[in-house]
Amino acid sequence: MIKLLEARGVGKRFGGLTALSDVSLTINKGEVYGLIGPNGAGKTTFFNVLTGAYIPDDGEFVFNGTELPSGKPHLVVEQGIARTFQNIRLFGQMTALENVMAGHHIRTKAGVWGILTQNKHTREEERLTTERAYELLKYVGIERFAHTICKNLSYGDQRRLEIARALASEPQLLALDEPAAGMNATETSQLKVLIEQIRHDGVTVLLIEHDVKLVMGLCDRVAVLDFGKKIAEDVPAVVQKNEAVISAYLGGPKHAH
Amino acid sequence: METLLQQIVNGLVVGSVYALVALGYTMVYGILGLINFAHGEVVMVGALTALQTLLLLMGIAPDMAPLLKLAIAVLVAMPVCMILGFLMERLAYRKLRNAPRLAPLITAIGMSFLLQTLAMIIWGRNYHTFPQLISTDPMQPIPGVFITPVQVTIVIVSALVMAGLILLVTKTRLGRAMRATAENHRVAALMGVDTNAIIALTFVIGAALAAVAGVMFASNYGIAHYAMGFMPGLKAFTAAVLGGIGNLGGAMLGGIVLGLVEAVGAGYIETMTFGFLNSSYQDIFAFVILGIVLIFRPTGLLGERVSDRA
Amino acid sequence: MNELIEAVPFLGKRNPRLTKWLIIIVALVAPLIAAYFGRSWMRILDFALLYMMLALGLNLVVGFAGLLDLGYIAFYAVGAYTWAFLASPHFGVHMPFWIVLPLGAAFAALAGIILGFPVLRLRGDYLAIVTLGFGEIVRIFMNNLNHPVNITNGPQGINALDSLNLFGWNLSQSLTIGDFKIHYLYLYYYFFLLCVVGSIIFIKRLQISRVGRAWAAMRDDELAAKAIGINTRNMKLLAFALGATFGGVAGGLFGSFQGFVSPESFSLMESIAVLTMVVFGGMGNIAGAVVGALILTALPEILRHIALPVQEAVFGTVILDPEVLRMLLLSLAMILMMLLRPAGLVPAHARYSRPELLKGGA
Repeated sequence: MIKLLEARGVGKRFGGLTALSDVSLTINKGEVYGLIGPNGAGKTTFFNVLTGAYIPDDGEFVFNGTELPSGKPHLVVEQGIARTFQNIRLFGQMTALENVMAGHHIRTKAGVWGILTQNKHTREEERLTTERAYELLKYVGIERFAHTICKNLSYGDQRRLEIARALASEPQLLALDEPAAGMNATETSQLKVLIEQIRHDGVTVLLIEHDVKLVMGLCDRVAVLDFGKKIAEDVPAVVQKNEAVISAYLGGPKHAH
Repeated sequence: METLLQQIVNGLVVGSVYALVALGYTMVYGILGLINFAHGEVVMVGALTALQTLLLLMGIAPDMAPLLKLAIAVLVAMPVCMILGFLMERLAYRKLRNAPRLAPLITAIGMSFLLQTLAMIIWGRNYHTFPQLISTDPMQPIPGVFITPVQVTIVIVSALVMAGLILLVTKTRLGRAMRATAENHRVAALMGVDTNAIIALTFVIGAALAAVAGVMFASNYGIAHYAMGFMPGLKAFTAAVLGGIGNLGGAMLGGIVLGLVEAVGAGYIETMTFGFLNSSYQDIFAFVILGIVLIFRPTGLLGERVSDRA
Repeated sequence: MNELIEAVPFLGKRNPRLTKWLIIIVALVAPLIAAYFGRSWMRILDFALLYMMLALGLNLVVGFAGLLDLGYIAFYAVGAYTWAFLASPHFGVHMPFWIVLPLGAAFAALAGIILGFPVLRLRGDYLAIVTLGFGEIVRIFMNNLNHPVNITNGPQGINALDSLNLFGWNLSQSLTIGDFKIHYLYLYYYFFLLCVVGSIIFIKRLQISRVGRAWAAMRDDELAAKAIGINTRNMKLLAFALGATFGGVAGGLFGSFQGFVSPESFSLMESIAVLTMVVFGGMGNIAGAVVGALILTALPEILRHIALPVQEAVFGTVILDPEVLRMLLLSLAMILMMLLRPAGLVPAHARYSRPELLKGGA
């Protein structure tokens, strides 16, 4: 097992509210790692701290053996972590293809001078970006909508597009924030196939999900957050039987909702 | 020392007018998140309407007591401005509540220039002398420091108006509905608050304050013209941001502080820059303060709301 | 160009080729038509081209990157004053255009970056007010820097600026070829036209590039843009600097064409006027900026020529003078456009990619 990402004692507070406290976990290369927990358990906060949207109050992340910069999202992407959002966030005035091309930004180099003069390098890079974006649309199965303005896509297709856009940054770790939210059963099972394909192609996946069935069927290992603390981490079958987890989900005596 | 005291007195006077105008900005911002760029122009309309009324009164009732005339002028200017505020909200801003984020602001800018242009058409380009009905003979409470009765009046009236507003917002049902709407439109509406009416009312109250401010401005300087509202409007906005936008107490504090900084700064800028800059740079202070506050403390002096990245 | 073609009513979509040639021909013969109506119309056309450059530059900042800049005219001022300082008797310096123009552009870009650095973190509406403040500060300095050392000559401005001299060919002197005399206003027109076409090509290239996509991404959703690896701070600075560059070049050309500069030309109203052109044409598309600038420069002048005689005939006096008419038109255009047609007159869909680059097409 090769460690890809390690969270070491990560904590985050908002005013008096502790959203995350002392969360440590390790994600290995090539696995699908699930992060679950009841509403407000701190899953999305964990995502935001990991991807640099928030600065953690304690702890750090080590990715591929180097510490991740905090509070600098673009550097995190450059290191090889890409994310999607719980409530889809696409670039509304661009086509599907252009959204994915924008996702490739960090892997391209052309400067203003190259763009103004349209030198050979810039033209070649632009061609590659376009082709690669189209490939990715094919990969997630929506290439027929390449030139459709993204806000006109169906909900499920928007989800797929967001994943394609994230993949365009050539990540080693793809972090998906509730990708199945709002999907029907067919769409969810298609999504499952896609995520398995992504893992098969060598990208490690971190999955936040509400849909316990999806998580249990897809993930190699699962961590459970409750009130900002990690209360369990193991293979799905074991986690499922963990009493702390059951009481967190069903509302045990300690945390009445 | 006298200069300093004198500048503090001047700053307090101008600052209390800024505070009145700033309240209008801050109330609208608090409830809609909109910078009502045209608010300064309401101040101008207030002043010019009052001027028009005064000229009329001098024609038909030359013997009327000056203070009565002024009172009537204010009582005419207020409803005119209130109607103007109502119309702005109803005809323009209401339609844009769910528009892309730049649209309402661009509309407000257009509104500001439209009002200036209309005022230019009605009242011309010239500066008008505003009758100074309250004495402007300087008194000397402390030797070397001058203050005029009109200045004293301005400070007192501003304080009274602001106290009235605070009472309205904190003690009445209406005020509670306003605060609820500012907190969250949808929830307030669910609780039975007619949020549309409350938003319209916010514009109307802000406009009434602006009318009073306009008359005070014109009385203090003895001048009124079509563009007189723009700069004070910007400065009042700065004051609102300085105090913490959305916060009533903040707007008042911000107004006073800005007035003081500007007056004291203008008094000393020449010495501070070794004669390189003089008091004609006075208008820069507001912008520099605005920039500094927004960059280093975007919540302002009293603000609690996080204004960045929701 | 494609956007512009589509913007032509009726013909644009039915016969793009014909429309394209029509636009080119109209652009080329426009000054001849204008000359028929009088010299003043030629001058107006020249100004329309300058405004086009400004609108294109501001559109880059407002329309592409989504940063509402209300002090844009300050960069125009920087360009114009650079010309005045380095190519006029004011300091007795007379440098050639190929030094002054790039310098003006560079100073403007620098001013853009200086403004950009502190204000980048601000939200849209705060940014607008701070940039407005910046524009006013620049104007206040132009007005007052005649004391204690006379730098800008204060409100009087600077006179007798050098005209544009292209390697020995002075554009301000009418050109005589044999018996044929070409008035200098034509020369400026074609030179400015060249500049506008150049600007359009540059801006189009920027739009369809990783930079253009990054701007659009940032404008549509800043948080998501950061999350896909866009360094929004640098991209905003770049937008400010490049937008300012266009302003700076236009300012230099304005100085040389007009022959004098004074703070009056760089008032807030001018910033607003350029913004209105962008909004009127349609934020974020190049054709919009061009059409907006053309219409809103020409319309007030046409009104001036129609409304004044009408007013005199009907009322006996002039009630609305041309300046008032212009302000009325601009402010109404801004409000009504936002309320009735927020996408602008030319709601073309901006492209950020070249689908033809895909092998076999899609």
